[in-house]
Amino acid sequence: MLGYTIRRVLLAVFVLWGVVTVVFIIVRLVPADPAVLVAGIDATPEQIAVIRARMGLDQPLIAQYLGYVGGALRGDFGMSYTYGSPAMRLVADVLPNTALLAFLGCLLAVVVSFPLGLLAALRVNRTTDRVITTASLFTQALPGFWVGVVLMLVFSQMLRLLPSTGMGSPAALVLPVVTVALPFIAILTRMTRSGLLEVVGEGYISTARAKGLSERVVIFSHAARNALIPVVTLVGLEFGTLLGGAVVTETVFSFPGVGKLLVSSILARDYNLVQACVVIIAAAFVIVNLLVDLIYGYLDPRVRFAK
Amino acid sequence: MTGLPPTLAMQTMQRARRARRGVTARITIPLVVLGLFIFGAIAVPMLYGFDPMRTEVLLRLKAPGTTLPDGAFAIFGTDQVGQDLFAQMMMGARVSLTVGISSLLVAGVFGVVTGLVAGHFGGWVDNVLMRIADVQLAFPSILLAILLSSVLGPSLWNVIVVISITNWVVFARVTRSQVLTLRSREYVEAARTLGASHWHIIFRTLLPGCLAPILVVATVEFGHVVLLEAALSFLGVGVPLGIPSLGSTISNGTAYLGTAWWISTLPGIALAALVLSTGVLGDALRDRFDPKLRSA
Repeated sequence: MLGYTIRRVLLAVFVLWGVVTVVFIIVRLVPADPAVLVAGIDATPEQIAVIRARMGLDQPLIAQYLGYVGGALRGDFGMSYTYGSPAMRLVADVLPNTALLAFLGCLLAVVVSFPLGLLAALRVNRTTDRVITTASLFTQALPGFWVGVVLMLVFSQMLRLLPSTGMGSPAALVLPVVTVALPFIAILTRMTRSGLLEVVGEGYISTARAKGLSERVVIFSHAARNALIPVVTLVGLEFGTLLGGAVVTETVFSFPGVGKLLVSSILARDYNLVQACVVIIAAAFVIVNLLVDLIYGYLDPRVRFAK
Repeated sequence: MTGLPPTLAMQTMQRARRARRGVTARITIPLVVLGLFIFGAIAVPMLYGFDPMRTEVLLRLKAPGTTLPDGAFAIFGTDQVGQDLFAQMMMGARVSLTVGISSLLVAGVFGVVTGLVAGHFGGWVDNVLMRIADVQLAFPSILLAILLSSVLGPSLWNVIVVISITNWVVFARVTRSQVLTLRSREYVEAARTLGASHWHIIFRTLLPGCLAPILVVATVEFGHVVLLEAALSFLGVGVPLGIPSLGSTISNGTAYLGTAWWISTLPGIALAALVLSTGVLGDALRDRFDPKLRSA
């Protein structure tokens, strides 16, 4: 387990370094000169030169890179041009909102999909199963941003039940959470169903039944335990993805989270803020991935020894 | 009828036949839907003489089923600048199909070659390529796509490049894992023993064995790619303004939810139908040709 843990941690550190570097390269590909963007169109060449020096853009690329990596290690991504405060602070301010959205989205998905998957597996190939499987197939094909728009149309515009934007009240969370959870419910239901079906054919389930255990005990404490390992992994990964900001959902609902901050900083060409957002999102994703891998390795020893 | 009860073998045969018929339906129906989309995307904008830049202020926001003063019948209504929504959606389907097919080709070729090379040579080549893939997978793909397309600027070609970049890893991984199982097979060993060149081993012995899973993955990925394009255009970093994508049409409609519900909802349904039919097709092809890959 120790060797496995060390390997995974090293890989995560390497991936983080890769992410930081790739973001640096991509942002340097921008055709426009950031100093000109900051200075405005009316700036004289002298003013632009001053700003370039202040932003460190006059230094050689390798010095810029080292300075940037050093800053990233300390959580310092420079100032945001549009907000005039440290980029990192802006991201940290909205991160709790996104975390709340991610948590509630995952919670809703688990609570809804587990009974559905279980029901489908117990009634396999009958009408109940067919309805659940088909419905989840349809749900998975729906574009997330469109679901958001339609929910907004029905519940805010037509029924006037729920607010469509912002984060002023708990009610404002309902639509974004449902939008985020819906495609995930579809995937989780299918995973739960197929996981259970796979396990039910195994010998130890027949043994449990042959011992005369009640069906409830067989399903919940024998079958579900092993069947849910991949489901747990998926929930972890999805939480990591959502923590990185449900970029599209947050934009649709003007939800003040990391995803919306990222999109607005990209549209404003505020590249320090873009870097901070992307690195934090990727870091959240990598760390959650690492935790999931470690938990998985702990739950299922076979994983530790694979290659 | 004989009075004999059906034997187990007969039951099994019957079940297999029924399953096969189910798979055939799951292949034909999506193909018909896709065919309609392709036909509509090519023909409808031409028949309507669709011009994305034209505005007809008097014909704005007409409900679906309105007959316009010039005698045209707007089956899906008109949008906020008075354009026929159906023609615009089919124009959007053009974008979806073009972006979907081209980026799958680019990502597929690049990913498959990478996977073949990594799997065949192994060692440090494999290690370097797969660590690059790991770094790439650390980005949620939508994030990488938004970042790249904001840097490259809006154009149809850039969207294709961006989506290919976010998608090649899937092809590389599937190909590589297939190569790993193939390379110890007798016929590959035989080619190697006979002194075949790397080129020959990779493209004449390994590649043919990888095609079935690659095709299955391509069908499944098509839906992801089309949704990604729509999401980018929805956010305003996708195709440029003059080209009506399904995503940008949905985005334009959000300002008129109270007065014209159809502008946002109908293109979304079209998009879902397109994605759903390729998804079903991919699943069916997998069940038909590669039962081992069957999963959730």
